[in-house]
Parts: sequence; structure tokens; C-alpha cells
Amino acid sequence: MADEKKIGAYICTGCGIGDRLDAKQLEMTAQRDGKAQVVKTHEFLCSADGVKTIQDDIDNDGVNRVVICACSRRAKTDAFAFDGVTLSRANLREGVIWVRPDSDEAQETTQEMADDYVRMACAEAKYLDVPEPNENHGNNLRILVVGGGITGMTAALESARAGYDVLLVEKGPELGGWMRKLHKRIPDRAPFDEPMDTGIDDLVAAIEASDKITVALNSRIARTSGAPGQFSVDIATESGSTTTENVGAIIQATGFKLHDPAAFPEFGYGNADVITSAELEELASAADGGPIKRPSDGKEVKAVAFIQDVGQNSTEVGKLRYDSGAGDLVAIKQAMYFKHHNGDDCDTTIIYDNLRTPGTAGEDFYRSGQRKEVIFTKGAVSKVDAAGDTLKVSFHDKILDEDTEMEADLVVLDMGMIPVTGPDPYATLEIDTDDDEAEVVEEEEKEDGVEAENPVEVSVESILNLDYRQGTDLPQLKFGFLDSHFICFPYETRRTGIYAAGPVRRPMDIGQAIDDATGAALKAIQAAENAQVGRAAHPRSGDLSFPTFRKEGCTQCKRCTVECPFGAIDEDEEGYPQYNEGRCRRCGTCMGACPVRVISFKNYSVETIGQQLKAVDIPDEFDEKPRLMVLACENDAYPALDMAAMNRIEYSAFVRVIPVRCLGSVNTIWITDALNSGYDGIILMGCKKGDDYQCHFVKGSEIAHMRMSKIDDTLNQLNLEKERVATYEVEITDIERAPKLINDMAATIEEIGMSPFKF
Amino acid sequence: MSNTAMVKKYRNDFLREVEEKVEEGDWVRMCMQCGVCAGSCPLGDAWEHPPQEIFMMIRAGKREEVLGSDSMWMCTSCYNCIVRCPRELPITHIMHGLANYAHRLGLAPKANPTRRFAKIFWDNIATSGRVNELKLSLGLYFMDGFGNGIKKALAMKDVGLGLLKTGRLDPMGLFKAGGIKDKSGLQKALKKAREIEDTRKGY
Repeated sequence: MADEKKIGAYICTGCGIGDRLDAKQLEMTAQRDGKAQVVKTHEFLCSADGVKTIQDDIDNDGVNRVVICACSRRAKTDAFAFDGVTLSRANLREGVIWVRPDSDEAQETTQEMADDYVRMACAEAKYLDVPEPNENHGNNLRILVVGGGITGMTAALESARAGYDVLLVEKGPELGGWMRKLHKRIPDRAPFDEPMDTGIDDLVAAIEASDKITVALNSRIARTSGAPGQFSVDIATESGSTTTENVGAIIQATGFKLHDPAAFPEFGYGNADVITSAELEELASAADGGPIKRPSDGKEVKAVAFIQDVGQNSTEVGKLRYDSGAGDLVAIKQAMYFKHHNGDDCDTTIIYDNLRTPGTAGEDFYRSGQRKEVIFTKGAVSKVDAAGDTLKVSFHDKILDEDTEMEADLVVLDMGMIPVTGPDPYATLEIDTDDDEAEVVEEEEKEDGVEAENPVEVSVESILNLDYRQGTDLPQLKFGFLDSHFICFPYETRRTGIYAAGPVRRPMDIGQAIDDATGAALKAIQAAENAQVGRAAHPRSGDLSFPTFRKEGCTQCKRCTVECPFGAIDEDEEGYPQYNEGRCRRCGTCMGACPVRVISFKNYSVETIGQQLKAVDIPDEFDEKPRLMVLACENDAYPALDMAAMNRIEYSAFVRVIPVRCLGSVNTIWITDALNSGYDGIILMGCKKGDDYQCHFVKGSEIAHMRMSKIDDTLNQLNLEKERVATYEVEITDIERAPKLINDMAATIEEIGMSPFKF
Repeated sequence: MSNTAMVKKYRNDFLREVEEKVEEGDWVRMCMQCGVCAGSCPLGDAWEHPPQEIFMMIRAGKREEVLGSDSMWMCTSCYNCIVRCPRELPITHIMHGLANYAHRLGLAPKANPTRRFAKIFWDNIATSGRVNELKLSLGLYFMDGFGNGIKKALAMKDVGLGLLKTGRLDPMGLFKAGGIKDKSGLQKALKKAREIEDTRKGY
């Protein structure tokens, strides 16, 4: 590290910047206000020649704080990549000229906008340091897989094939899980028309043959501590012995259990000829190629009714609110068992409400079922009871809209899948702070309470026994399923280095579980590899920075340890935060939470943002030039504004946009400072929060919204109108809305008048 | 299968009967109950049971109701449903097939005007090999009795006179033999075709 910070500001005049802005003026601003020692203008900064100019200054002139005054920080990242220096970007293209009209009247305010961005970038540069890899990292690359079903076995094999050692822990006496019980499985390859062999024996043999995989049967995880690259896991066997193993990353593939059919007496479970789809698999296997016989009297089945979605898709007490999804393909597969074994004249009727056969494969399999004369009837079954030596299924035919009934020798119930997860850390977490946050958590608990009344039995036995401050298991999103963003980051849980795969994540069939396991294995490998070099895995992949805190200033308030969405921070005996950098996602939510502002990253801190907002030139109250500050999430809101610029959507020249890692990292001191400095309006743009969140850091936006709901007190103290601060959820697609929010704030300020805090 | 076949509900007996005896009946199992045919039918309101329902009724084993229904007689062969069916069922043909089957079993609704028109038309064309328009229209007018026939004819008199004036309707057609040259050849061909159909469908 160079001893002295030397700022080099480079102004690009390409892309029309030079035509629209006074480059000489920008140079002067960088020099005079930005205190840049080196200031250069280049007509094409991202060209090889422009980049070389910068690199030469770094190499020969000692420039170590590079300020690029050109396009958005999201553009030309490959060109502007310099080792060993910090980089600040003044967004003159997307942030200024593309959002302002090219007219003489607008020229003055547009130039002011650009000058401010140059000042801000220089101010930031002064407070940036080059991050170095976290030294507190482990080197373990071994993958622990919890659960020996198809998901766990696939994850283990895939990891081993990629060259990594695997420890596979299964609580039962053998590998195979549900798949071992299946007669056949849904086909996974074209033409998707016949059930196929499960191949379970080959799979188990492959695992046993692998010298990279160690299998621990009859075992549970008694304790998990550490961080990616250095997890320490106690494996307890049924016999009572415990061994401690070290692993780099963990995959939880604990699967599912079936909803209890006895909870729905109307479907007649208890009658020997009313069975679950799982039991039918055993019956089909037992038939050993001959006709499937009904359990009660061994009579060959000639008519079978499949009742789909039993106890699912309902808000009624005792029923699952979701649909298990895979059950319809299972029913088609099982109906084919009868066509194969009991002959084409065996009638198979599937009574469904919403048939789900996802994908081309599912559609082809559905058609194949129809070709085999499997009959589908849209209806709602109300009752199954014995009628002589057969069963009577009473239902409402939803196509013919009439109550009707049919007779069947055998009735098969499609029961829902319930994830096997540990207790949700946030359903039981006790918050020992007495401020308002406790209230919010209590409200959340109440909501959870309502769901808990929906007595879907969720196992309360811990699976991972995490030795974390924030609970023993992976956080859940809904209905007991683990929280993982199902579109953007499917396997990421809220515990870094621990991945969820298979039906613990959402209900799924074998094919999907295999895909899941493969994906999770790759993520686990990535996490362990990244940990080894002390950098972040997800979503700021490769980020070397990590949070540190100044112990002298810490008041042990525990906000950071409570609010960290990823449970990365523990507490030591004295109540000081104990960072586990390997578990950290680098969102800065702790930094935003800290009331005494002792938490910072080398290249992201209360100062790097605080100084930017203070660097803005605030005109006199009577200049009629208000100043608005936007703190925009760099993941969604900032790109939305960039795209607005690409579409040349204009917005107010009075706004200054500052990107933040996550809205959760916004420390309220920035708001207070901005108001005190004379800003007239402040907009916070974060991601969508709630159950269908889009926040890269899951809870960052939510926490920010909660914090900002209390900003009114600050505004009251300052005697300011509460309209001056607004917090919005902005999606990446809000290309028209984001600029509108800015313009609306500008209009609001015009209405309520300028801030009195201008000096 | 006799007219009084016992059919169990939601068992596949009737479906199999349809597959065996009805033109294109083996497509019925492929219906996925999306309802696009019902929504596409321009005469949908006139149908007691749109095709989607007919297919479900077949699966539900509602033999009497399906074969006694006048729904499939409402089909005007516009082919909208065939064009739109995502499962590519030849719905129009199945409807005609069902109507034909019901008629042959004697289960089709006796008073249904489409059925009666079809019968008059068939008898007309099958006799001479050409449609005798005058005989066809008169047959239609008077199928509900002499009084009704006069009424209908009077109501249509302007059209009829127009046709006469422009030479589009030959009044002598009533007495002329007309038709194709080899009438007996046609009769033979039709007879043979029927035999083949009966053997194939097992009537």
C-alpha cells in the first residue's frame, strides 16, 4: 500500500460528453474541489490508449486513487480494471447527459450536475482503501452432504466427479431415501412415454465405489460451527459415538415426508384398499410383474381411482396451503403400472382439480398416459367409502358440474410433500433489546403463529445444530420450506456456505431434485474455493472487502448481530460482535444498523458515502435550485436508472444519485447529514421486499424500510416536512417509474418549498 | 352393443364403445378438457353440451345422454374447433361421427330438424346421384304437415319467384327424372360402402 493517497481524475469526452459538458470546467472542479493531484482529459478513455494513460500514471506517477469521470460504474468494467488502486466513477454519461435535454436553458444545471458528480467521486476516492483478502479463512474444500436420498446422493456424486472429497451423512441405515421405495420413476429422457427404472442400485454402487465419498449411515449432525472453508461438524452415530469432521461447505438435502393421510378421514384411509401413492409403489413392486392386487382380499385390481392433491392448496386448518406439484406425474406413472400389469381393460381414473405436468417432458408423459387410456376427470372428491366389496368415490364433476360417484377396487391418495427442516431460527428468536425493533419481531412471530395453527407438522428437531447466534438451522421462507430465492439464487440459503437442494427447498420430483443437487454441488464447491482465497462467494462474488469494527467505539448494542440477514456475526462473552468473515455476504446491513458507526469496509464505509453527499454543492436557498439525494441499490434501482438513461428518459437536474451496496447498508446518519447539509429531498430506492423479495441480500431492503419508517422522528426534530424523505421499492424493470419517482420528489419540493438548512 | 347397454359411471365401457364404433372416436381419450372448442364454437349457445362436455360425458359413461343429445346435430362444420384444438382432435368429425352413430342406433332425437334435413337430403341425393333442389325444398317445407308446408312456402315465395325468374329453379324438376346416368351403379356402390362400414364397425 502506498503511504500517500494520490488522486488521479480522468475525464472522458467521448460518447458526447465533451459536446455537452465543459471539460475544462470539470478539470478545474476535480483539481480545486476534488483535490485531485493528477487531472487529465481524454477523448476516448476506455480505448487502449486511454486506459494506458491511466495505467502509466499508476505505474510512474504514484496515482493510487483513480477517479473515472465517464460512464456509469456498470459500463466498461473490463477496461477500467486496475490492480492495487481504488476506483471511483463519476457517472457523467448515464447520470447526466443522457437524462438531460440538450438545450441552452438546461446547460447550466446540467454542468452543475456533472461538476457535483466529479466532486462526489473525488470525495469518495479520498476515503477508499484497497481491500485485501480476509486472512481468517479456512482451506478445507471437502463437501458435507446431509441426507442420503436421490438429492444427497446426486450432490455427493457430482461433487466427487468434480474432484472434491465428500462426506455423506444419512440418518437411516441405508442410502436411497424415497427413491429406494419406488417401483419405477417418471421418465427423464425422450420420448417420455413409459415409466423407467430408478437405477438406485447403480447409484448406490457408484457412491460406494468412489474413493472420494465417505458415507456415514445412522448418523446425525450434532453440532456445526465455523464458516465456509472451515466448518467443524460433529457427527453423532446412533451407537452414541461422536466424531468431529472438518468441511468447507455444506449441502442440506434432507428431503420431505408425506402429509398424514389419516388426517383426512373423509378419504377413507384406514380401509385397506385406500392407500397413499407411496404405498402403491410397494404394492406394485410386490406384484413382481404380475397384476397388482388389492390389499384387502388379493383380488386383481380392475378399476382404480387416483385422488389428487389430498389436503393441499387450501387455507383450511390442517391442510397444506401449497401444491406438491409432482403428484400428478406420479399418478400418471402409477396409472401406467396398472395398464402394464393389469391389462388395458383396467380402468384408471385420475380425479384432479389442477393438473400439473410441467415442461415438455411432463406434457409428453401426460399425452402418453392419455394414449394408454388413463382417464382424467376434473373434480373435487368429498368422500370415499366402502360399498359392498368395492369402494365408492363421491365427487363433484367440475366439467359437468354435478355431484356424482364412481366405483373403484382401489383408491390411491396423492399426499402433499412436507419439507424436513429444522426449527426456523426467526420463529423462535428472542430479541433482548428493548427498543422498537422487538415490536416488529413480535408482529412477525404473530404472523408465524397463524401459520403454525395450520398444523402442518414441521419437525422441530434440529438438523444442522448450527452454533450460530441466530439459531440452529437454516431460515425458512414459507410453509417450512427453506429460504432460497427460487428464481435468482435457487440454492443459496441465508447461511453462507450452506446450500439447500431438493424438496427442502420446494416440492419437486426426482428429475428436478437431480438438477437441484447438481446446482447446489457447484455452488458449494464455489463457496469453499472462494473461502480459501478469502473472498466473497455470493452475490458479491470475488469481493475481497469484509466488515471490521472499531472495538473502542462499540456499545455492544447487538443490532449488527441481530440484523445480519445471514447470521454471520456472533457475540463474544462480553457481547462484542464476533465477525465470521467467511459467512459474510458483504451487504453492509451491519454498517447501516450500527448506531455508533464503528463498522466499515475498506472500500465502503459511512465516510465513503457520507463524504460524497457532503461534497455536493448546495446552492443558496434563494437560487431556486433544490438538491435531491437518491440512495439507490446498486443491484436493481441503479441499473434501472441507467437503463432509463439509455432510453433518454429525462429527470430533474437537481438530483444526485449515490449507489449503495444494499439499502440495508444505509446508515441513518447519511439522512441526518444530508438534511443538515441543506438537501431538500431524499429518496431511497431498494428492492422488493416481503415473501416474494428481490433483494440480493434477502432482508436488506426490508430492514431499510423498517428503519426509515422511524425517520419521521428525525424530521420532526429538525422541524422538516416528512414528505422530504421517501423510501421506495424499485425493481430493475422500473425504467420509467424510477425517473418518475425523482421527478415527483422534485415536484413535491417545489410545492413544500426549499429546506431551511442551507448555509 | 345394444341400445340398452349397461354402462358404469366413470368406467371406460362407453368410451371404448365410442372408440370402436364412432368415426374418429379413438381421439376422445386425448381431450385435455381445456374448453377451447366450447369457446370457439360460433353456435355454442345453441349447444346443450359443448364438445368439451360431450367428451367428458363419454368418459363419465353417460351413454343415453350423449347419444340422445341434439348437441352434435348443431354442428355447422365451420371447423373452428379443429383449427384451435391444442390436442389436434378432429372435433367436427367426431361430432358428425357421434350423430351418425346415434342415428343408426335409433337414439338420435327424432324431432331434431338437422337430423331430418340430413335424412331428406341423403334420400334425395342417394336416389338420383344429384340433388333435386325443388324436391328437397318441398320435402323440407312439408315435413311438418301440409298446413305448415303451405305457410313456409308462402313465407319463402319471394325468394322462390326470384329463383324461377332467373332460371335458377326448374319447376319441371318435380316431374323430370334427372340425375346421373348410372343410377344403379351408384346404388350398388353405396350399398357396398355401407356393408364395408358395417363389417368394420361390427353393426
